[in-house]
Amino acid sequence: MTDARPNVALFVTCLVDLFRPAVGFAAAKLLEDAGCTVTVPRSQTCCGQPAYNSGDRADAAAIVRRTLPALEPFDHVVAPSGSCAAMLRLHWPALVADEPDYADRAAAVAARTWELTAFLTDVCGLDSVDAAYDGVAAYHDSCSGLRELGVREQPRRLLRGIAGLTVKDLGAPEECCGFGGLFAVKYPDISGRMVSDKADDIEASGADTLLAGDLGCLMNMAGRLKRRGSAIRVRHVAEVLAGATGAAPPIGEGES
Amino acid sequence: MSADAPTSHRFPENARAALADETLQRSLASAKVGFRVRRSEAAARLPEFEILRDEARDIKNHVLAHLDLYLEAFETRVTERGGHVHWARDAAEARGAVLAICRAAGARTVTKGKSMISEEIGLNAFLEENGIEPVETDLGEYIIQLRHEAPSHIIAPAFHVPKAEVAATFRKHHTALDPARLLEQPRQLLEEARGVLRDRFLAADVGITGANFLIAETGATVIVTNEGNGDLTQTLPRVHIVVASLEKVVPTLEDASTILRVLARSATGQEFTSYTTFSTGPRRGEDLDGPHEFHVVLLDNGRSDLVGTELQDVLRCIRCGACMNHCPVFGVIGGHAYGWVYPGPIGAVLSPSLIGVEEAHHLPSASTFCGRCESVCPMRIPLPALMRHLREREFEKKIPPATQRWGLRIWAFLAKRPRLYRLATAVPLRLLGRLGRRSGRFRSLPMAGGWTSQRDLPAPQGPSFQSLWDRAGGRREKPV
Ligand code: SF4
Repeated sequence: MTDARPNVALFVTCLVDLFRPAVGFAAAKLLEDAGCTVTVPRSQTCCGQPAYNSGDRADAAAIVRRTLPALEPFDHVVAPSGSCAAMLRLHWPALVADEPDYADRAAAVAARTWELTAFLTDVCGLDSVDAAYDGVAAYHDSCSGLRELGVREQPRRLLRGIAGLTVKDLGAPEECCGFGGLFAVKYPDISGRMVSDKADDIEASGADTLLAGDLGCLMNMAGRLKRRGSAIRVRHVAEVLAGATGAAPPIGEGES
Repeated sequence: MSADAPTSHRFPENARAALADETLQRSLASAKVGFRVRRSEAAARLPEFEILRDEARDIKNHVLAHLDLYLEAFETRVTERGGHVHWARDAAEARGAVLAICRAAGARTVTKGKSMISEEIGLNAFLEENGIEPVETDLGEYIIQLRHEAPSHIIAPAFHVPKAEVAATFRKHHTALDPARLLEQPRQLLEEARGVLRDRFLAADVGITGANFLIAETGATVIVTNEGNGDLTQTLPRVHIVVASLEKVVPTLEDASTILRVLARSATGQEFTSYTTFSTGPRRGEDLDGPHEFHVVLLDNGRSDLVGTELQDVLRCIRCGACMNHCPVFGVIGGHAYGWVYPGPIGAVLSPSLIGVEEAHHLPSASTFCGRCESVCPMRIPLPALMRHLREREFEKKIPPATQRWGLRIWAFLAKRPRLYRLATAVPLRLLGRLGRRSGRFRSLPMAGGWTSQRDLPAPQGPSFQSLWDRAGGRREKPV
């Protein structure tokens, strides 16, 4: 490790990998611009939350054991998601705590794992990024990032420097959007009401754009906003920070 | 009544009904804002609030590590002061103990202060079956008793009943009063209930209260109320029965004071409740008032089995209600949907242990793990982690439907094999990407009904990030 540039493994997250590669590229660009060398380890699929949160501890632990070696060689692991970063940081060590071959290794990787905007500000010391976006954005704090990792100020600090952008808080900023992973499909009625209340809050804010740091929550909120015909543009915060909004239409919107 | 069989197994149906109940929705919307604002203001006013939470947690952890010791000490003190302790292994034993005391006292009516343990053991229905009339004296409990409903919140049992409906209920039951009277202000409702209950207090042979704390050092039981009804319940009748679960014990008065400092702030945002009442044994020779007999019925009901397990932390709960006040799920469905006595996050963790994982299996699953409950719980109970643990037990018992379990298995099989995962996802992704390109979303999709019943599904871009990264010549780890 003679290179002064930190070596960062991008943990893409399964949703970004499958649904919105634009977020992965935006994250990679932000990290490169911040002076990191970005690698995308091949042996990653998902952080394991679907299994872990469904009570399937064995499979979740197997995913940890399977993925850990791919992330170990790096100075840092960064994910464009508070929820997945929290899974690696807080829950991976717990999942293999009783396995002598893995416990220390998981703890070591956990200590080097970050949510994207927290990494850019707290580790890279970034105060602003060079990008422009024309609009008024409401920022949604996703629950895991907010409460498990304390991510609140970091994305706002970076967004403040974006030319043309005004950021607003929601009326109930700490309220869950109702995603909750499989919760959204297991208890659709409850989840639907929660996201409907959230959509009301977003619309009442007067924003024309919704930003957040977690694709799951974004897909949930975008899906509800679009279902009711809202014109609000929904994007992952990384897309705006990277000035990469040209790469894909807003979430839930088509090319035509 | 509240002793009805649990309906927790019908949670999804219950929740649907609650979501469609517009009166309930209005009550929920206003209650949740009020509780949350008051709690956060109260916490902000006390600089040492977070430290007190740590102390409160540590006190209960210490108690739980020495539960037998403190319970024995408590019993000794109560007995020394002329009171009686009755140990009840389960609900039936607790009901039996209460009934025996009532019978011995020749009781026809009992007044009751607010007690969740009484709800847990279904005491009211049981007393009625045995010819004894229970009269709830807490305003909220009184309202739902008249309406034959179960409480919908552990500290605000009737918050789901709007004022106008309370007035209608009173008019229906208080037939001796002037039909032309005004019943619009909360004050008027309270005064009327007070007036009606005054006679009942005087006529009661036995008073039953719960307990927020049992103090091992002194043998005192403590209740906190805002109406003062608890005091009348326990001082006027000849016999006072305290029904309490055993984890309510704390070593000293000092410890109770520490926890009291976080209790009301977390519950209602008050510094202290209006009344904090200590009962220490029956009336002594020189006393001017107080009961002649003092009984404590100590309920276990499965709690001691939790000591030393992954679920032990739940026994720190002081029933403040903060977790449900801040729960986004409770916030849209209210308390009745949970189908048993304890709703919200605390219910999701406690109910499976009390009524069985089979009956209550939905409750720990019906959470987004947003973590807000844990962030406000004064006793720092890791509620989401405990719910996850219960999900693990359910998974082991194969309680989730087979389709869900198999879906998960297949997904996990692939997630553990990155190369296969990529192969398996590539074709559907491309297909969905192409189908969704124009509109950017799907209104419905086979097998995605849970999602699309409520919201559109944003379409995937098409190729996966991993494949595009390769195509762009992005950096990969050196081959091992
Ligand atoms: S779990 Fe915590 S927040 Fe909920 S009622 Fe108990 S003490 Fe209060």
